[in-house]
Amino acid sequence: MALRIVHSMRGFVRPSRIIAGWLAAMLIAAGAPVTAAPQRVVSMNLCTDQLAMLLAAEGQLISVSHLARDPRMSAMAETAANYPVNHGRAEEIYLLRPDLVIAGQFESGPTLQMLRRLGIRVEVLPPAESIKAIRSGITRMGELLVREDAAADLLAGFDRELARVRSDHYRGKAALYYANGITSGRNTLAGTILDAAGYENIAGDYGVDSTTGLPLELVVMAQPDRLITGAKWPGQSRSEAILDHPALKKLAPDTAEVTDRDWVCGTPFILRAIEALQ
Amino acid sequence: MRPLFAMLILVTAMLFAASLITGPAGLSVVDGLRALLLGGEGPMPIVMREIRLPRAVLGLVVGGGLGLTGAAMQGYLRNPLAEPGLIGVSGMAALGAVLAIQTGLSLSAAMALPLSALLGAGMGAGLLVALAGPRGGSVTLILAGIAISALANAGTALVLNLSPNPYAANEIVFWLMGSLADRSMLHVWLVLPPMVLGAMLIWTTARDLDALTLGENAAAAMGVSPTTLRWRLVAGVALIVGPATAVGGVIGFVGLVVPHILRPWVGARPSALLPASALGGAALVLAADIAVRLILPERDLKLGVLTAIVGAPLFLHLIWKTRSGGRM
Repeated sequence: MALRIVHSMRGFVRPSRIIAGWLAAMLIAAGAPVTAAPQRVVSMNLCTDQLAMLLAAEGQLISVSHLARDPRMSAMAETAANYPVNHGRAEEIYLLRPDLVIAGQFESGPTLQMLRRLGIRVEVLPPAESIKAIRSGITRMGELLVREDAAADLLAGFDRELARVRSDHYRGKAALYYANGITSGRNTLAGTILDAAGYENIAGDYGVDSTTGLPLELVVMAQPDRLITGAKWPGQSRSEAILDHPALKKLAPDTAEVTDRDWVCGTPFILRAIEALQ
Repeated sequence: MRPLFAMLILVTAMLFAASLITGPAGLSVVDGLRALLLGGEGPMPIVMREIRLPRAVLGLVVGGGLGLTGAAMQGYLRNPLAEPGLIGVSGMAALGAVLAIQTGLSLSAAMALPLSALLGAGMGAGLLVALAGPRGGSVTLILAGIAISALANAGTALVLNLSPNPYAANEIVFWLMGSLADRSMLHVWLVLPPMVLGAMLIWTTARDLDALTLGENAAAAMGVSPTTLRWRLVAGVALIVGPATAVGGVIGFVGLVVPHILRPWVGARPSALLPASALGGAALVLAADIAVRLILPERDLKLGVLTAIVGAPLFLHLIWKTRSGGRM
């Protein structure tokens, strides 16, 4: 008898449990914005990969781009090894059944259009070329993943570290010089890093503020105190031969620095690049 | 003929000087030349000695070499279409150079680059001479040339596309069109010795080429050995075109245009045409290299673009002459 009573009481308990669970869900929902957090997020771009890996909740991010694993370009190559990779093709991304795809501005237009036609939410993040743009990129990624708290934490840490590594006094003139005689001006990420480290960019002397070609002669004439060149890729190329030109060697014999993976994306990892220049 | 040589030397010297004072840095002529000759402190001597001087010297020797080899091949094959760029010798040299660079040989030994290009050019020239022969008509020569250059260009493109380096594939255009931008004195010292040797070798063929204008039998009667002449010529062409292509890419039409323009002035005598074409080729490449810096200073406009603009109409003119019954 007693046993039967217990059984029936258990039966009564069930609805209250459901209610309690529902109430709890309502409470959580009230705390969060109206949109539900995406549960299967795919990132297609090296830079959005890194922001997403920094901010996503456990299990929320299901795939990053294959470039994220390349230690020459990705500051989070080791972390990216834990995620399945995609190659930016519509078919493979569709098969992952994502509820949110995050792409960079330079992703293939037809691919994104096809994903949208298939009913997948696609969000595009512009590349961040300035400190302000990096901050808004972090905030935006936080909103997309519904991880605003994590984004706020990351942002606070970024601001704190930036204040520490940023140099206020003038350190001299520096030249950014890459394969094919390309330089970067003020309005680029590399220019932002130079500026934050306290260097004057020689590209400014010639009115260059984007990424464009600068004749070797003009680099020499500007007499930079520090020369920062692009990293060498495997295999050989004539384009990179300019970085070994004797004129550059005479110009800045001991101060050559190489841009690496911390220079590629507008993420908090640029702080390491700034610090390395000090 | 003497005034012609005096004029060619003068023009070449003026263009050499003009090449030295042309550049984006905007140095005054006096300052630039003083920095070049006397050196001194600051960036100016570096610009003059390490950037502009090698460019001007390479324009001089590469142009001179292409003009000389064009005249020599035309003299030997007795055909005005024989030109290293057009018939695949330069293309084979480029393939050799690309292979040396991509396999890393040029890193382990600097001389591997010009040597490998030399080998490519030698194979191209040897194949061509074997296929077309001294008696080969225009059709045989052009067909052989097209086959060799198509194969060489495809090989170059394939090697560069297979490279793991992201920039390599974009360099196909350099190897096909040529450029002297941002070369250094290192390149000059690398190519000068073989090119001088090749020029001396070709110079020894001058009298034999003169004899050959009378026909093969007459030349043989005058003591010209066809076999040794052929091999001296192939070796000389390879020694010049190989290194020139290794540092400057394929600069076409120089060896076609220059001998064609100068031939009437020297009475069509190969022995006089050889030095005249060397000077004329140097002048043409120096002028083209100055023009690419003036037309599009911030882009690396390729030399072959300009030489083709000059050369292609001449090529059409040659076809026109053949069609209207003139002998080629």
